[in-house]
Amino acid sequence: MGLIELDGVERDFVVHRRVGRVRRHRDVVRAVDGVSFTVEAGEMVGYIGPNGAGKSTTIKMLTGILVPTAGSVRVAGLDPQRSRTELAMRIGVVFGQRNQLWWDLPLRDSFELLRHMYRVPADLHRRRLAEFVELLDLGSFLDTPVRQLSLGQKMRGEITAALLHGPSILYLDEPTIGLDVVSKSRAREFLARVNRELGVTVVLTTHDLSDVERLCSRLMVIDHGRVVYDGTVDDLKARHGQYRTLVVDLEGPAEPLVVDGAEVVRVDGPRQWLRFHRDRTTAAQLIAAIASTTAVVDLTIEEPLIEDVIAGVYVGGAPDRT
Amino acid sequence: MVETHGGPTVAEQAVIWRRLVGARIRADWQYRTSFITFMVSQFVAGFLDIVAIVILFSNVDRLAGWSVAEVALLYGTSNLSFALSDVFVSEAEFAAHHIRAGSFDRFLLRPVGPLLLLCGQEFALRRAGKVVQSVLVLAVALTQVPVDWDLPKAAMVVTMVAVGFVIFGGLWVLTSSIAFWAVEAREVANSVTYGGNFVTHYPLEIFSGWLRRLVTVVPLAFVSYQPTLWVLGRRDPHGSPAWFAFAGPLVALATVLVARAVWFSGIRHYRSTGS
Ligand SMILES: Nc1ncnc2c1ncn2[C@@H]1O[C@H](COP(=O)(O)OP(=O)(O)OP(=O)(O)O)[C@@H](O)[C@H]1O
Ligand SMILES: [Mg+2]
Repeated sequence: MGLIELDGVERDFVVHRRVGRVRRHRDVVRAVDGVSFTVEAGEMVGYIGPNGAGKSTTIKMLTGILVPTAGSVRVAGLDPQRSRTELAMRIGVVFGQRNQLWWDLPLRDSFELLRHMYRVPADLHRRRLAEFVELLDLGSFLDTPVRQLSLGQKMRGEITAALLHGPSILYLDEPTIGLDVVSKSRAREFLARVNRELGVTVVLTTHDLSDVERLCSRLMVIDHGRVVYDGTVDDLKARHGQYRTLVVDLEGPAEPLVVDGAEVVRVDGPRQWLRFHRDRTTAAQLIAAIASTTAVVDLTIEEPLIEDVIAGVYVGGAPDRT
Repeated sequence: MVETHGGPTVAEQAVIWRRLVGARIRADWQYRTSFITFMVSQFVAGFLDIVAIVILFSNVDRLAGWSVAEVALLYGTSNLSFALSDVFVSEAEFAAHHIRAGSFDRFLLRPVGPLLLLCGQEFALRRAGKVVQSVLVLAVALTQVPVDWDLPKAAMVVTMVAVGFVIFGGLWVLTSSIAFWAVEAREVANSVTYGGNFVTHYPLEIFSGWLRRLVTVVPLAFVSYQPTLWVLGRRDPHGSPAWFAFAGPLVALATVLVARAVWFSGIRHYRSTGS
């Protein structure tokens, strides 16, 4: 049995749309539309999809905040909505867009409040906090009221708050939003460690796909409330990223090259980009063909960007449902 | 890690509440000018209530047969109940704000009941001004009413303050729950509870028939009017049964059960916000 199990989960929202001055039209938005998946203990899963795909709604059902309209959700063997407070002991949640800390309190006091709510023994709390303070470098702002913290500092505080009670599952909804490059890589490193060393199961949503590439062994893509891909990042690239790009620098500006099996997608002075299908030709064949007619100064091969690959999945709908 | 099952005990909840309140008071103290201003204004507003009653009695000796001391007993007990509910439970009203903003989410992510978290977090010490004022009025009234105090009567006064507190508290929660269905309905809570508080200041006889019947159902009549009749040795001129004076605890229990059911049903209806 998986740690997190969803079976045919749906969630509708009734929304009222104004038509004319006072009349309202009742619409039903299906935010999550038949999602089923299982996450095993210890996994680190990236849950991605375009805006409005249903990611946050799914996370909220996994925490018990929202009741599913249909289907069943089980987390750690519990029904999240019915056993919400019991489940709360075992999960940690970070909503990057929301504040969960006490606005007017310093982080230290927030953490102390949480310690009482989760009934963490004082010495264990002190040990964990010391560790997080070191790993996330919280020391310099532990006594500053949360409202005075920068976004990155606040996020580090939120992540700490979500982990201090030692949960076995961590949900992160856009945890790296608004972080600079250094903070981001630091947060990633930390999360990877939490997963690896503490064995915490992580479900992560993000719009920064490099988060997923760096962190997650498994990737789920959701679009219009449905899971359209579930597998590894590499598999996704292999299946949907058949196109690569050969970038050649010629001796000077030239007409777009004409080569079998590839097409020029961009020209910039002496530099040209040729897109080719991996199965139809190889880079070596292409280079040989070009070099036989034109002098090439330099060349590189670009792997498909994960962004492009996933954009292909969204547009293509559900390609792998067998 | 130690596995812990089930929710926190009552004692643990009390600790959590106290910590939340302590944190809140410390935070509020950062804005102390507004804190002090509000406290003073609450105090003054409370005394204006009393001035209104005194002015009323400078024109008439009795109000529907009630002397000023008797009305003061009614006012003191009911207002104390209300003031206590205002200090400890009226924070439920902030549910509307958090539901609207989607920040109610965070109350659902803790291993503690959301109502406890809400009431602790939104606690405002400044509301305590009214408690002080009600206690003063009650103290004066207790010495002025023509009652031979004995244990049952004293117990009745204590019970009716407690019952009134629970009934008002239930009404706060009940009316605040409406926000789970209709986000715009914040004012409803205020009008029921504050309006209800006003009604309980006066002998019910002075109100028209429909209002009297309404507050018997709603159940503000049980807050202090019925028990006060009994303490003063009066009969209800409208002939409600004598056992009404003792029905308070049961009515309070029923109010709490209804409020609890509606609150939890509201939480099931909570839909958060899109972003
Ligand atoms: N509380 C709500 N009331 C009404 N509609 C909602 C609510 N929450 C979400 N929705 C709708 O459900 C759909 C899915 O929203 P959700 O927030 O789950 O998307 P998401 O994948 O998290 O998007 P994003 O990447 O923009 O955060 C959207 O169409 C949204 O408008
Ligand atoms: Mg979202």
